[in-house]
Amino acid sequence: MADLRSDFLGIKSPNPFWLASAPPTDKEYNVVRAFQAGWGGVVWKTLGEDPHIVNVNGPRYGAIHGPDRRLLGLNNIELITDRSLEINLQEIRKVKREWPDRAIVVSLMVPCEEPNWAAILKRVEETEADGVELNFGCPHGMSERGMGSAVGQVPEYIEMVSRWAKAHTRMPVIVKLTPNITDIRYPARAAHKGGADAVSLINTINSIVGVNLDNFAPVPEIDGKGSHGGYCGPAVKPIALNMVAEIARDPETQGMPISGIGGITTWRDAAEFLALGASNVQVCTAAMTYGFKIVQEMISGLSDWMDEKGFTSIDEIVGRSVPNIAAWQYLNLNYVTKARIDQDLCIKCGRCHIACEDTSHQAITSMVDGKRHFEVIDEECVGCNLCVNVCPVENCITMEQIHGVDPRTKEPIPDEYGNWTQHPNNPMRVKEAAE
Amino acid sequence: MASQSDAGAPDIASGRLAADEYARNFADLHPPMTAHEALVEADRCLFCFDAPCMTACPTSIDIPLFIREISTGNADGAAKTIFQQNILGGMCARVCPTETLCEQVCVRVEGEGKAVRIGELQRFATDHFMSHSGTPFARAPETGKRVAVVGGGPAGLACAHELARHGHAVTIFEARPKLGGLDEYGIAAYKTVDGFAQEEVDFVLSIGGITVETGKALGRDLTLDSLRTDFDAVFLGMGLAGVNALRAEGEDLDGVRDAVDYIADLRQADDLAGLPIGRRVVVIGGGMTAIDMAVQARHLGAEDVTIAYRRGRENMGASTFEQELAQVNGVRILHWVKPGAVIGNGSVREIELERTRLDEAGKVVGTGETIRLPVDMVFKAIGQTLVEEPLSGALTIEGGKIAVDAEGRTSLPDVWAGGDCAAGGEDLTVQAVADGRDAAQSIHRALYA
Repeated sequence: MADLRSDFLGIKSPNPFWLASAPPTDKEYNVVRAFQAGWGGVVWKTLGEDPHIVNVNGPRYGAIHGPDRRLLGLNNIELITDRSLEINLQEIRKVKREWPDRAIVVSLMVPCEEPNWAAILKRVEETEADGVELNFGCPHGMSERGMGSAVGQVPEYIEMVSRWAKAHTRMPVIVKLTPNITDIRYPARAAHKGGADAVSLINTINSIVGVNLDNFAPVPEIDGKGSHGGYCGPAVKPIALNMVAEIARDPETQGMPISGIGGITTWRDAAEFLALGASNVQVCTAAMTYGFKIVQEMISGLSDWMDEKGFTSIDEIVGRSVPNIAAWQYLNLNYVTKARIDQDLCIKCGRCHIACEDTSHQAITSMVDGKRHFEVIDEECVGCNLCVNVCPVENCITMEQIHGVDPRTKEPIPDEYGNWTQHPNNPMRVKEAAE
Repeated sequence: MASQSDAGAPDIASGRLAADEYARNFADLHPPMTAHEALVEADRCLFCFDAPCMTACPTSIDIPLFIREISTGNADGAAKTIFQQNILGGMCARVCPTETLCEQVCVRVEGEGKAVRIGELQRFATDHFMSHSGTPFARAPETGKRVAVVGGGPAGLACAHELARHGHAVTIFEARPKLGGLDEYGIAAYKTVDGFAQEEVDFVLSIGGITVETGKALGRDLTLDSLRTDFDAVFLGMGLAGVNALRAEGEDLDGVRDAVDYIADLRQADDLAGLPIGRRVVVIGGGMTAIDMAVQARHLGAEDVTIAYRRGRENMGASTFEQELAQVNGVRILHWVKPGAVIGNGSVREIELERTRLDEAGKVVGTGETIRLPVDMVFKAIGQTLVEEPLSGALTIEGGKIAVDAEGRTSLPDVWAGGDCAAGGEDLTVQAVADGRDAAQSIHRALYA
């Protein structure tokens, strides 16, 4: 059986599944229940300075649902912990003592002054927690007070605070990044430069989850008004995956450990984050939707998949997909595919046809010899994969590589790899040749 | 030798069941969907291109569109999409044999053997609309044209509604005391509960411009000639008032009845406990009426109910769903038998059935082998016929029905026909609606030609 043990910056946990800093890790009661359920670690909900902040007393969450009420995306306007620093620290110390094999990292957010950071780091160290995570991510409430994503959006601040943190504690320092920026590599590089040991990402995305069409208040609504909140859950996973991969393949931050966060709901999601360069993962929305028990599916699923693939440890998976991420200009333009419809699986809904006919390349029939029949016209198919994605039957439509002459262009398909940098239509290439 | 037919009086009685059993037995066959159930089911629709369900619907309702409207929380919009094509969409949602129409061709059947529950979704939308609103349509300004509609069943109502929409003045002549036709007087009670047929009639009439004259039958109170004189156009939608005879000895004995008459009594009964039913019942026939009769006989407390049909299961007019409905309700279906003789002394006591087979020419013939069943009531459900006399030879008849073209035009230039009395198409509510609607559009065009 695969070994799921995780070592992140020297912080050991029985599996790579941690609960992210969020409502599920706000207090001892929840964290103990999480450990009982099997979670490998937690990042304790962000601590701040006393007097503790207050939260709204109306709705804090809004959601996007599928028609079956499956929760696809969640948004929140909750702030950092609204309990006193002392109570949190006492509970952290107690839980760490009772659960020595589990990871406890403490999330922190204080004003951008060195003494403030020095003071709180000292107090956290006394709890014997395993590490700290600097919350430079929260996009609502705290950011307007110069904290959270207000820091995370300015690389110079990230570097500065990371440096203070490293100077004032022996604990490993993780910097949690906000996705509300244009290029995630800059804040990651700043954390690296400041001496941070790792980054974790993504925090939530600025969002308005909906509008009440009766009173025109945004959702969630507090007495007729609403604020933008942080978006998370399955819907944000692709954004998070890309940001993790961007950092993983950036030469300036190469080798810096990443804790992957963003819509992780199943073992598959976790495996994808690991493959794209995360060394462990943090989960929140899935637990808030289904309860802590879901970690059991994640553990068994990851373990069974690793056994099936012959992987024995998490390290063997981490970063395995990174070499396969290429810039567009290096994709092989001589890889020519055509869609293939399995007529035995086809249920004749015609969605491939209408999607292709209305919005793409008119490459799928609807009628052949007077009968309802859907097949690909190779002379028109550009291999775009849209039909595969809209088909309701899994594996009914697949993409097949062809060789020889492309029926669409009537041109021979070169056997060798060829990309845009080499393409005759590329003006840069022409320029290079002329020089 | 004394036969069983001499023994005792027939066991025909009312009040066989407790009051709550009647209520349970005649409750909605498919209870209405809840809002969440409808959302989940609507999500199963794939919004097919050139959807097969839409093609299979005789009234061509845009099914993918109305289901999508349900899924986005716009049930009223969904209802309007339905009513646009079929103003009796509420009844069709209840009585259509969807398993042989839209749901039969649903691509989900091919994918996973289970169609989207289109009929129930249609009911969800139409019920939602009708629970709070009258007609969804605005009537065009009065045209001054007058059209007579004979028969207030589905064909007549659909025709009258479409004509009224165009601004014509319509008079419906109905032989019975109420409009609705078979929706009101035929069709099993558990398919249309709580007086829905009359609710729908009111809904249809709420467009305005429609005058109703009940108790007026063609041939008795009206003539085709007088209608043609008094109106600019005439639509005939009076259904099939005649019933086929068994042509078997003993047919006139007490306890032998036409299923359609009995079902009409049942539908109009204020108290089902007051309706007498035999302990042992045989229904002759293989169509929807036979099933409706047999199942309702069981629901009224008949102990032993048999359907006798002269061909095989696959030849039955009733759909597989209906056949199975009968069977789960404890009805026995005997195939390949035809009535030989009804036996009794004043009242029916036994029925003799002769086994049948197909001869070389594919015709049903008796094998000579007979069986006898003890019976207290026999119901004939072997088809209805057009009563031709009122038409006084003025119209071309084809296969026992009024000959019409694709638009419902008869052999007379100012007379149209549709529904069960017209040739072509299946005898279904939804087909009658399509006929009536299309004839109305044809009449409208003709009035302005």
